[in-house]
Amino acid sequence: MTGMADFVEDSGAHGLTVRLSGRLTLADLGDFPRRLEGLSASPAEIDLSGVDRIDTVGAWIVQQLAERTGARLTGASADAKRLMDLVRAAETEVRVRPDRPSPAIRVIGEIGEATLLSFKTLVGLISFFGEILIASWSLIRNPRRLRMNAVVHRFELVGVKALGIIGLMSFLIGIVIAQQGAVQLEQFGAEVLTVNLIGRITTRELGVLMTAIMVAGRSGSAFAAQIGTMKLTEEIDAMRTIGVSPIEALVIPRMLAAIVLMPLLGFYAALVAIFGGGLFCWVSLEIPPITFVQRLQEVIPLTDLWVGLLKAPVFGAIIAMTGCFQGMQVSGNAEEVGLRTTSAVVQAIFLVIVLDAFFAVFFTQIGWI
Amino acid sequence: MDLENPNAIRVRGITNSFGDQLVHDNLDLDVHNGEILGVVGGSGTGKSVLMRTIIGLQQPQAGSIEIFGELMTGADPETELDLRRRWGVMFQGGALFSTLTVAENVQVPLREFYPDLGPKLMDEIAAYKVLMAGLPANAGPKYPAELSGGMKKRAGLARALALDPQLLFLDEPTAGLDPISAAAFDSLVRSLSRTLGLTVFLITHDLDTLYATCDRVAVLADHKVIAIGTLPELLVSDHPWIQQYFNGPRGRAAMAAVDRHPAKEA
Repeated sequence: MTGMADFVEDSGAHGLTVRLSGRLTLADLGDFPRRLEGLSASPAEIDLSGVDRIDTVGAWIVQQLAERTGARLTGASADAKRLMDLVRAAETEVRVRPDRPSPAIRVIGEIGEATLLSFKTLVGLISFFGEILIASWSLIRNPRRLRMNAVVHRFELVGVKALGIIGLMSFLIGIVIAQQGAVQLEQFGAEVLTVNLIGRITTRELGVLMTAIMVAGRSGSAFAAQIGTMKLTEEIDAMRTIGVSPIEALVIPRMLAAIVLMPLLGFYAALVAIFGGGLFCWVSLEIPPITFVQRLQEVIPLTDLWVGLLKAPVFGAIIAMTGCFQGMQVSGNAEEVGLRTTSAVVQAIFLVIVLDAFFAVFFTQIGWI
Repeated sequence: MDLENPNAIRVRGITNSFGDQLVHDNLDLDVHNGEILGVVGGSGTGKSVLMRTIIGLQQPQAGSIEIFGELMTGADPETELDLRRRWGVMFQGGALFSTLTVAENVQVPLREFYPDLGPKLMDEIAAYKVLMAGLPANAGPKYPAELSGGMKKRAGLARALALDPQLLFLDEPTAGLDPISAAAFDSLVRSLSRTLGLTVFLITHDLDTLYATCDRVAVLADHKVIAIGTLPELLVSDHPWIQQYFNGPRGRAAMAAVDRHPAKEA
């Protein structure tokens, strides 16, 4: 066995001869191609008789050199000839990467695409909402078509299985509000107002809002991924051909589950947060639980509870709708499922927070302060 | 090539099981240098598992695998890496990297093993490999999502050929292709293997592929290779599965097709 690909230059009467030797294979090339570029003169003859193995890469390099310089090939083995014919046949310009437009045009193009996409999404969401309304109406007229089993199954996934994580999150948030509130209120000697802070912010805002964010992350994403996968495996097309409406079978049960369970989960979250805050008040501010509960009754108006509970089903509907909508938009490949799931969660949280701002203004205007 | 070692792959006593389910039981298999070996078997007989075991994606419970005379099972990482650059694998769906273009996909193994090739040569190699695998020139800058199933398979083949391997593993190369593309793929594999001196390990369900490309065929059943040999040798076997497979309506149709076009064999 001889060594790496190599060559010697040999200038004779007929001009320069390049004598190749060694193994002209990918593994043994080393800096051979680069040295070959730096030949002292254009060769008249390339001698391959010293080559003991050659692969397509070696054949390509030799072939290219011969073509560039117009040199004659001599001493090529049958193998080498065959390979060189093969690569010569495959010699056409092939681009490796697609053309990239200039950065300025690309930025403008991306802005345009994003704008179009957001309009399309908005229109799509509204027409999806219309489809849901139509399906709901036909279900109201024909209530027996409602798939109770599916609804109850969704109740479990959206609600019961979320109790642990939502409870833990709310408990910690209650403690954080109490602790941060106490530090600030202490400066005015008004630590006792911590109770107001905890009671009102959790029932009115945070209980439902944090629950909505958690449900969007847990269930909104799951809806998008499940329906998206069903779209990919053509399950949804199969449903349509059998005559089952995917909106009735898949979307309505999920919407119902989210609408019914969001208020329950939101209320539960507010309770646990108050419990966490109360625990902190007791341990750290030495407000005994009895006093804490009494103060709560005095400072939280009933309307605060209604504010929270009225928002919750709307948030639930938004989360379920964006999740199902994005799932239905999946087409093409599995990568799309991931992208759509991400946008389902992002859009759901965004819409929830925008709506929450509207609700805040609305409830203040009607005097529920 | 290696006179002292006529077998590219030597599998001895492989046992594989998933939980209670036994897939391979003491399986032996030899693949000769330079041949195209077709591997057939019913669904679930472990054809793909056998390939995954040979290329080291799956650790067998027992047995040994030698590739080019080097022990693959329990080899140190360097030997394994050295062997890996001597084979190419084409997975069923092409298994292309979705964020890279076809040509960039072909360059991945080159960049990994020979990073100092220089960008120009690298692009040239990718270009002729893409064409060699039977793709049109405008497929180079396309992303896998823009390709049809058949083109994905060809791109997978181009990537498998990137390192000029001596050994090629093909997992169901013609599954899901229309008959015209499948026939074109068969002749492509055959001509590449002849020109490049490749040894090919080919898993297939396609009887036409067996007749058109394979030198020998191994039949997997009952957790073992129950028969291996040329097609005429297998046809006279009296194993019921082999009889059903080759002498069933589809088997006879494929055989008749070869008889009608005997030129293919030449």
